[in-house]
Amino acid sequence: MQRSLHMEPSLCTGCLQCEMACSFEHEGEFIPARSRIRVFEFEHGRTSVPYTCTQCVEAWCMKACPTNAISIDSDLGAKLVSAQACVGCKACVSACPFGTIEFNPFSGKVDKCDLCGGDPQCVAACPTDAITYVDAGASGVGRMAAAAKQSNQETAS
Amino acid sequence: MSWQGKILRVNLTTHEITPEALNMEWAKDYIGERGLGTKYLWENMDPKADAMAPDNVLIFATGPLTGTNASTSGRYAVITKSPLTGAIACSNSGGKFGAELKYAGFDLLLVEGQSEKPVYLLIEGDEISLAPAEKIWGKTVWETDEWIKKQHHNPMLKIATIGIAGERGARYASVVNDLHRAAGRSGVGTVMGSKNLKAVAVRGTGGVKVKDPKRFMTVTQEMKNLLAEHTGGLTKYGTNAMMDTMQEFGGLPTRNFQEVQFEGADKVDAKAMMKTDDTGHTNLLTNKACFGCTIACGRIAHIRQDHFTIQNRKEYWHASGGLEYETAFAFGPVIGVDDIDACTFAGYLMNEHGIDPISFGVTLAAAMELFEMGVITTEDTDGVPLNFGNAEALTVMAEKTGKQEGFGVMLGLGSRLMCEKYGHPELSMTVKGQEFAGYDSRALQGMGLGYATGNRGACHLKHDTFEVDMDDQTGNGKADPCKTSQDWTAAVDSSGLCMFTMGAWGAPEFAAQLDADSEGDWTAERLMKSGERIWNLERMFNLAAGLTKADDTLPERLLKDPAPSGTAKGKVNELDKMLPEYYDLRGWSEDGVPTDDTLGRLGLG
Repeated sequence: MQRSLHMEPSLCTGCLQCEMACSFEHEGEFIPARSRIRVFEFEHGRTSVPYTCTQCVEAWCMKACPTNAISIDSDLGAKLVSAQACVGCKACVSACPFGTIEFNPFSGKVDKCDLCGGDPQCVAACPTDAITYVDAGASGVGRMAAAAKQSNQETAS
Repeated sequence: MSWQGKILRVNLTTHEITPEALNMEWAKDYIGERGLGTKYLWENMDPKADAMAPDNVLIFATGPLTGTNASTSGRYAVITKSPLTGAIACSNSGGKFGAELKYAGFDLLLVEGQSEKPVYLLIEGDEISLAPAEKIWGKTVWETDEWIKKQHHNPMLKIATIGIAGERGARYASVVNDLHRAAGRSGVGTVMGSKNLKAVAVRGTGGVKVKDPKRFMTVTQEMKNLLAEHTGGLTKYGTNAMMDTMQEFGGLPTRNFQEVQFEGADKVDAKAMMKTDDTGHTNLLTNKACFGCTIACGRIAHIRQDHFTIQNRKEYWHASGGLEYETAFAFGPVIGVDDIDACTFAGYLMNEHGIDPISFGVTLAAAMELFEMGVITTEDTDGVPLNFGNAEALTVMAEKTGKQEGFGVMLGLGSRLMCEKYGHPELSMTVKGQEFAGYDSRALQGMGLGYATGNRGACHLKHDTFEVDMDDQTGNGKADPCKTSQDWTAAVDSSGLCMFTMGAWGAPEFAAQLDADSEGDWTAERLMKSGERIWNLERMFNLAAGLTKADDTLPERLLKDPAPSGTAKGKVNELDKMLPEYYDLRGWSEDGVPTDDTLGRLGLG
């Protein structure tokens, strides 16, 4: 079963534990500026929205890369950047419509979510289950069920 | 280790900006944040200096755990000499600013002197400068935040700023960061304004490393699990769950502390915030976390659009920081108001203009009592009848105080000075000139002792005698828990974590996190002793500033007028019984001065 990261903004409190867990996993220190997942706040904190790479099947970043530095992990579906092959040209950064592959000025390469080898640390760190790692073929089921419940209540009333 | 090892000294008179090495010996003796900031203050200024003069020093300090993944790690403190009390000021805040300062490479920011023209400090990676602030002088907190981000094309900047109240010298102006988190008490924003420093804007792209990463990750996870078992109520209801407890107990200061229970408490409590009214409006929208916090007690609320406060002011038809217990108390019971939308709006105004809600509300309460006595009239109050319970008076005066207009200038003096000016000092509900929080000292005896001996004046956050106070309503046995919890709270504050973890974590739990985090061989004992050292250094600052035993007292209303209702009906605060015992336990003389033995034992000699 291929799984994907599922974000539920309504559960996010904006605590940034995910950013710290991600940066610790990849950089060995707490450095949110280098986190592959970011949380954005809107309207004085009314909503906090976590955001990271969706691991597109036909990935813009991969197609744009002139050195074939981006490959697919066939088990996880993750798109991985080879630090050896990446030349830091940023073509992928321009190609990605979501902004979820970023240039790292310290390494001269690009960073993106790699799903932590199948054990995403942002998921483990989230105190409210706003980020979960679920069956990629059923990531809409939770919301579908909620909508169905509401529809059921409206029908009943 | 988690320290960056660097502080930033900013001289506003000369505009010199100098990075310096962090004094690690001090960090080991004073932990960080509150304690370390106090040590830097002590070593860098004369406590006798006028709080508004250039030789006052303003410090922004992080703790060793700030910016790590320990839960509640987002805190920083502002330490300076207070223009409200003349004593030391130490106000801490959450949000994201504190962690950002650490990520920018600085453990502590020390601001001295006074700029000739308004400036703001910009720290953007390794580019640090003092930029002209003429265009934002006179702007609100919210406008300033937006302007600076736009000016530098950097939405990632985290900004701590003052509003108009701080620029114009209201004595309890706050420093607001991230739009609605504040270093609220004692006028730390007033000092910032006196220095012509409008804001500090920081973007930090660096990281924080810990001493023993593997151990640290294990222990912080264990501590988060433990915390989650204890803080469900805070997450769900926020701090305003306290309203019902105090109402039931009879410790809810009402109408300027004339009463201890408020008939409208259930209209401004946590449940009222969650209730959906007949138009489908619910005050509370969601809860909100500060940086790194797995509790998330913060409230995000909105106001009914047809409410009189905002019906013609669309600019407030958005969500923002909602009521906490202290704001609900200060805009509710203590002034007799039970209109939750008006209270929420007053909260918006406090953040927008940078004012301490507790001091504002309790000062307004005194003004209302003066008004009802006929000492002041609508001629003094810009035509606004200041009767208890008048919600419009609350919001109009909040705005006037925020902008320092009309009677708002008088309210901006604080309760002590205002009541003195009108010839009724006995109506000022303050200690050392700082207004009380929402706990009545007649119902909560140890709280009264904590207020009276508080180094920043009346304050509910620097000790914790809540349980013993609820168990027994005499002055017996309160000195020890008061002293011990004062020391312990000083240690907790200094760690860079939030005191709302104290219900779940004791000294061993803090020490375990701190020892994996940074050098210092941290143990529970070492932390407690450091806390006591910090408390005594704050005391020494106050004594050197000219405060005496006479300042360790409570208003006569709490010492002589018995509580009219509730569990403490007929009781007054027994301070005269508790205070000598407290001095003795502290190792202080009868005059409240630390003895040479005490100073020697704590390494303060």
